[in-house]
Amino acid sequence: MSEYNQNIQLSDESLAKQTTTLNLGPTHPATHGIFENILEIDGEKVMSAKQTVGYIHRAFEKIAERRPYYQVTPLTDRLNYCSAPINNMGWHMTIEKLLGLKLPKRVDYMRVLIMELSRISDHLICNSVVAVDTGALTGFTYVFQWRELIYEIYEEICGSRLTTNIGRVGGFERNFSDVAWQKIDKFIEGFPKVMKEFEDLLTRNRIFMDRCIGAGPISAERALNYGFTGPNLRAAGVDYDVRVASPYSSYEDFDFKIPTGTTGDVYDRYLVRNMEIWESLSIVKQAVEKIRQIEKEDPAQKEVFYAPESDKYHLPPKQDVYTKMEALIYHFKIVMGEIEVPQGEVYHSVEGGNGEVGYYLISDGGRCAYRLHFRRPCFIYYQAFPEIIKDGLLSDAIIALSSLNVIAGELDA
Amino acid sequence: MALTNEIVKNRLTEQFGDQLTGWEEPYGMLTCTMPARLNRQVLQFLHDDEQLRFRFLTDLTGVHFPDRKGEELSVVYHLHNMMDGIRLRLKTYVPIEKPDVFSVTELYSAANWMERETYDFFGVNFVGHPDLRRILNVDEMEHFPMRKEFPLEDPTRTDKDDEMFGRG
Repeated sequence: MSEYNQNIQLSDESLAKQTTTLNLGPTHPATHGIFENILEIDGEKVMSAKQTVGYIHRAFEKIAERRPYYQVTPLTDRLNYCSAPINNMGWHMTIEKLLGLKLPKRVDYMRVLIMELSRISDHLICNSVVAVDTGALTGFTYVFQWRELIYEIYEEICGSRLTTNIGRVGGFERNFSDVAWQKIDKFIEGFPKVMKEFEDLLTRNRIFMDRCIGAGPISAERALNYGFTGPNLRAAGVDYDVRVASPYSSYEDFDFKIPTGTTGDVYDRYLVRNMEIWESLSIVKQAVEKIRQIEKEDPAQKEVFYAPESDKYHLPPKQDVYTKMEALIYHFKIVMGEIEVPQGEVYHSVEGGNGEVGYYLISDGGRCAYRLHFRRPCFIYYQAFPEIIKDGLLSDAIIALSSLNVIAGELDA
Repeated sequence: MALTNEIVKNRLTEQFGDQLTGWEEPYGMLTCTMPARLNRQVLQFLHDDEQLRFRFLTDLTGVHFPDRKGEELSVVYHLHNMMDGIRLRLKTYVPIEKPDVFSVTELYSAANWMERETYDFFGVNFVGHPDLRRILNVDEMEHFPMRKEFPLEDPTRTDKDDEMFGRG
């Protein structure tokens, strides 16, 4: 007893307190990223949570004010690095909107194809992580070689895997290679079987259901008030999807459903993401069909991978740079950031893996953005986390965090 | 009848008269400027009105214009009416010496962190915010780093001629 009095000197109010303070994070194996939450728990029940964010803040918005438009694309990679191509293309579309460029249908469909593949990989990570946090590591091993195949497709198209920097203003940097098309076909053919297996493992699994149903719920009204978008909002029962509400990149040509849930709990978020994977797969199939149809009608279209009128903004192919005067000039101007952009103010949003990724760009006609603001869905909905986990169990807080799919890179910009 | 930019503009003009200025429609998004003292009233009206129903706060951010005397800092709101699919951009300008803007956290819970972020980077003081602290930067920071007076590169460097890199 005397040793206790000597060595452990807690303040009186701390000794009198009936609850426990628990530091969950900043680095904790169960939070999958840098998230600090100081929880006040009573037994296993969470009474309140205090969040601290900003551990990996990298000042992207400030850096973007100094960089030419092309050099901003790699910054967008590092927001939501689980679905980097969506961010890249959203940024390119913002510039295209500012410039008033219209893309050929084939390029639009190629973009849709890549964006939906990245949505699949994003949702796969989220759902496998939910499974891991409920104790089922197997789900990961089922689907991850197919996520790997998606990365191989990116690699075939742009040369990199995670932070892709894919595409250019006006389209793609190069045409899809034959290997890329073969890999896309392989994915379409083989993935459904594995996805079915993944669903069989979890969706009606009694243990998984008992863990997830009712954990971390949020009502539709609160979710809207908190600025939720994407799968988390749809799980609460609001069928808002940027792809339908304000279509971009010819999404209006595609036929797909918006899955919704009812209670907005972990299980609904899991189900909505799973159903979205199926819808995305169907969009990928439709995109491939549409591209092949275009190529069948006009074989010359096979070589179209960027908008012809965007040649002032689109890095010319390397062989042209060496042989053609205009291409060399444009190459130099683009690399040095001397492209001409109009003055203006534009907001463009795309449906990212986690919700509405928005780009608010103010251009003063100069080589860099005067102001660029990223609307980062994670940052906005993560503030609802204390409300979501309140009065739940500590272990529910962990799966609520993983099912919200908060990506630290996007949260902290 | 579907809501259009025209109707939104008319309803707002009806309610607030010529206090709302600078009507524009860049790239199809209705934009206007409101005086800082009215921002909460305008947003409340847009939120509560049965016809307008702008109940989703998409984005809230700040912009710094060092050359505009008396209205250096701007706060930009992007609102969304999800039922009719209409977006609206509202701006308000405040002097940098007294950057007071009313907080809209009571209307939108989402505004909480977005206002903290705007405070953190631009120093806009949101009056009525429940917990106006820095969010992404360290608490000890004394400056508001997104203001234009802080250049990204060290301005005292002489080994790098900016003119050569088109940065001038």
